[in-house]
Amino acid sequence: MEKLISRFFKIPNASSVSVYLEEGGYESARRALKEMKPEQIEAEVKNSNLRGLGGAGFSCGMKWSFVPRNTGKPIYLVVNADEGEPGTFKDKYILTYVPHLLIEGMILTAYAVGIHKAFIYIRGEYEIPYLKLKEAVDEAYGKGFLGENIFGTSFHLDIVIHRGAGAYICGEETGLLESLEGKKGFPRLKPPFPAVVGLFGCPTVINNVETLSYIPFIIKRGSEWFAKLGTEKNGGTRLFSVSGHVEKPGVYELPMGITLREIIYEYAGGIIENRKLKAVVPGGLSAAILTADELDVKMDFDSLKAVGSMGGSGGIIVMDETTSMVEALRVTMQFFAHESCGQCSPCREGTGWIYRILNRIVDGKGRPNDIDNLLDIGKYLGGTTICALADGAQMAFLSYLKKFRSEFETVIPKQNKTYANA
Amino acid sequence: MSVTVFTPEFKRRADQICANYPVKRAAALPVMRLIQEEYGAISGKAELEIADYFQIPPADVRELMTFYTLFYSKPKGQCHIQICRTLSCALLGAGELIRYMEEKLGIKAGETTKDGQFSLDKAECLGACEIAPMAQINKEYVGPLTKEKLGKILKQYYLGVRD
Repeated sequence: MEKLISRFFKIPNASSVSVYLEEGGYESARRALKEMKPEQIEAEVKNSNLRGLGGAGFSCGMKWSFVPRNTGKPIYLVVNADEGEPGTFKDKYILTYVPHLLIEGMILTAYAVGIHKAFIYIRGEYEIPYLKLKEAVDEAYGKGFLGENIFGTSFHLDIVIHRGAGAYICGEETGLLESLEGKKGFPRLKPPFPAVVGLFGCPTVINNVETLSYIPFIIKRGSEWFAKLGTEKNGGTRLFSVSGHVEKPGVYELPMGITLREIIYEYAGGIIENRKLKAVVPGGLSAAILTADELDVKMDFDSLKAVGSMGGSGGIIVMDETTSMVEALRVTMQFFAHESCGQCSPCREGTGWIYRILNRIVDGKGRPNDIDNLLDIGKYLGGTTICALADGAQMAFLSYLKKFRSEFETVIPKQNKTYANA
Repeated sequence: MSVTVFTPEFKRRADQICANYPVKRAAALPVMRLIQEEYGAISGKAELEIADYFQIPPADVRELMTFYTLFYSKPKGQCHIQICRTLSCALLGAGELIRYMEEKLGIKAGETTKDGQFSLDKAECLGACEIAPMAQINKEYVGPLTKEKLGKILKQYYLGVRD
C-alpha cells in the first residue's frame, strides 16, 4: 500500500530542506503559486474529502469556505500541533521527520485562503520536534519559500512557532486561540466560529498538522485520486498511532477504510505474548471503547460514528485480556479530571466526582449504589458544556460501564463494609 | 534575594518575541518560558515584573502560572523525572515505575530531593505512547522503560555523567 506522509519517515534526513527538495518537495507549492488560482486549490481540497485529522473529522475544504475574505481584517492560519489526545503521537513524527511537508501544506493553505501570517502552536513538552520544526522554518526562509516574494511571486507568508505550556485543553481549537493570545486556555462559546472570529478577533483557519501535510499530495496528484484512497466521504489515508498491548506499537499510515482488526493484527503485530484482546480505544482516549466483537469496523469517521464511537485523533490503544477495565477507566477519568479546564461546572465537578468514586471502587471501598451514581453523573457530562472535553469524557466513560458493567459490579462489595463491621 | 528579571538585555529579548505578534500579550507564554529557562523557575517577584512588562494585572500572571503545568514557581531538581501515567503507559507498568522511583529517591511524586538533585512528577500523556512506559527526563523522552533502565539513568545523573 502506497505511503504518502510516512514514506518520508524512512528517508534519512528528510527533515532537511535539501533532501525534501530531492524527493520532489515544494513542487506542489511552487506550481500552485505560479499556475493555480487560490479558488482552484480550495476546490481541490474540498473535492478530496480531506477530513480534519486532529479529532473532529470536519471537512477541511468546508472549514476554509466559512472564512469571510473581505472583512478588511487580516486572516490568520493557526496550525494545531498541540498533540495531546492520549494515545496519539503521529504529529510528532511529521514535525520531527518531515517538517517541510507541513510548511508546504501551510503555504498552499495560506495562498488558497489569502493568509499572510501563520502560527504553529506546538505542545510545550515537544523538544526535538520543536527544534526540527524551527530548523525547517529557518531553512524555508533561507530558500525564499517563506517571507516576501515566495517562489518569485508576489505572495508572502510569515510563520511564527509558538510553544504551549502544558495543558490538554489547549488542543481544543478555541482554547488554543485563547492560549495563543497569552491567556489561560478557556475554550470559547461557539458561534462565532474561529473561521469568522478567531485569533485576535480576526477570521482564522485552524487545522491539525497531519491535515495540512496531505495538501501537497492532493495538489500534486489531484483530489479525485486522494478521495479514492479512502471511503465514501473520508478521503485519503491517515496516520494511526497504535499503542498499548501490541507487539509493534507505532505510527501506521493506512487508508481510511481499513478495519481495526487489520491494523492491530496485520500491522501492529497482534497482541503481546499471544494473549487475547479485550478492548480497544479506537480514536484517542475520548472515544468509546470497542470490544473484541467489534474489530471489523472500518476506521473512517463515519463508520466509527455508526458503532457509537469516533475516529477522533486516530489514536488506538489496545488492551489485552489481563486488563482490569475498572483500573483502565480510573486512569482514563483521572486524565479528564486533571485536564478539565474548570470553566464549566458539569465537567469540572463531574469528572472529579467520577474519578473519586472510581478510586474508592478500586480500593475495594465501592458502595452498592456507586454504579447508579456514576451513570447519573455521566448522564449530565455531555452536551452541557462549552467545549467537547466533557462530551469525550462522557463517551469514553459510559462505554466502559455499558460494555464491562459486570466487572465493576464484581469489585464493588454487595454491602457497605463500614456498616457490616459496625 | 530578589533579582531583576527584566534587565535591559532581557527586555530586548522579550521585545523581540513580542514583535512576532500583533498584540503584545500574546507573547506572555514564550516570555515566561524564557524566564524559566534562564532562572529555573518564575518567582513571585518575576510574576510582578511580567505583569508590569505586559501591563496586565498580577492576578492574570498568577492565573497563567497555575493553569499551565510547565511553569514552576520553585526550581525543579537537576534531574527532573516526569513519568507518564496515562492509559498506554499505565497498561504497560507506569504505576510500578512511579512506586519504584518514589522508593529509590525517598520522595513522593511531586517532590524534590533535599539535595536538589532529583524531582519526580507524574505527567499526563506526553505523546509518546509508542515507547510506553516512558518518561521525560529533563528535556529528553526515554522509553520503553524498565526499573533497571531507570535505575541506570539515575546512576548516570548522580555520577554527573550527563549534564
